[in-house]
Amino acid sequence: MTTPQSLQVRRRTTGGETEIELSLDVPSDLEYVGPAVELIADELPGGPLSPRRIRFNFRTAFAEALANAIAYGNHRDPGRFVRVRVEVARDAVRLHVTDEGNGFDPRGVPDPTLPERLEREDGRGLFVLRSLVDQVAFNEKGNSVCLTLRAG
Amino acid sequence: MSFNLRKDSKGVVVVGVDGQLIVGNRQELKQKVLEALEGGARKFVIDFSRTGYIDSSGLGVLVSLSKKIREQGGDLRLCGLNEDLQTLFELTKLDTLFAIARTPEEALAAF
Repeated sequence: MTTPQSLQVRRRTTGGETEIELSLDVPSDLEYVGPAVELIADELPGGPLSPRRIRFNFRTAFAEALANAIAYGNHRDPGRFVRVRVEVARDAVRLHVTDEGNGFDPRGVPDPTLPERLEREDGRGLFVLRSLVDQVAFNEKGNSVCLTLRAG
Repeated sequence: MSFNLRKDSKGVVVVGVDGQLIVGNRQELKQKVLEALEGGARKFVIDFSRTGYIDSSGLGVLVSLSKKIREQGGDLRLCGLNEDLQTLFELTKLDTLFAIARTPEEALAAF
């Protein structure tokens, strides 16, 4: 499919270190999740993360956070966008995903591995996210998440 | 792209997943497998040998398909998970819900 997304790439040099920032606005349609993930993962410079972590952890966590933002944050409203910003530093990659919704309380999400929840189709997103990255931090409102993958 | 279905000589439907199984394409997999189920197939293998990643929606669709197939007296087996995908199934405890074989051949032989 054609992607109306335009990827911005910025390079900053501070104290001899170059930090790269990629940013992208994604329309609130779940069809864009796969293409957006590929667009950014392909541009992600090698260095902090191993190819295997980019291939699996980064892609899966990104797809998860983006789908949550589109479906539960923006309620698939075509007039709303999800803002994605990726900071690539020497010690870590930080992925910020922000929607235009009212936010949610991540503490209210039950454990999907409980026996009585195991056969449910949904409810694994946050659990999968937390399993794949080193840190998951929400803003106070709950409409923006920062995923940190430390170098390695 | 994404999914290809074939039937082996014993009538087992083998579905190959190319690339990823995520929120954007899971309905396509669901539809293809349910069509085969409605067409009378009862034994299914989903092969992830060529799959890069699966998100929680993809896991969810596998849970849902497994239930529907079992309700019709059938069986769904998975195979070809790389180390990362295997870990994902273990973390979510879905390895306890599915029969997981190493290769398509092993999955087929187990029927």
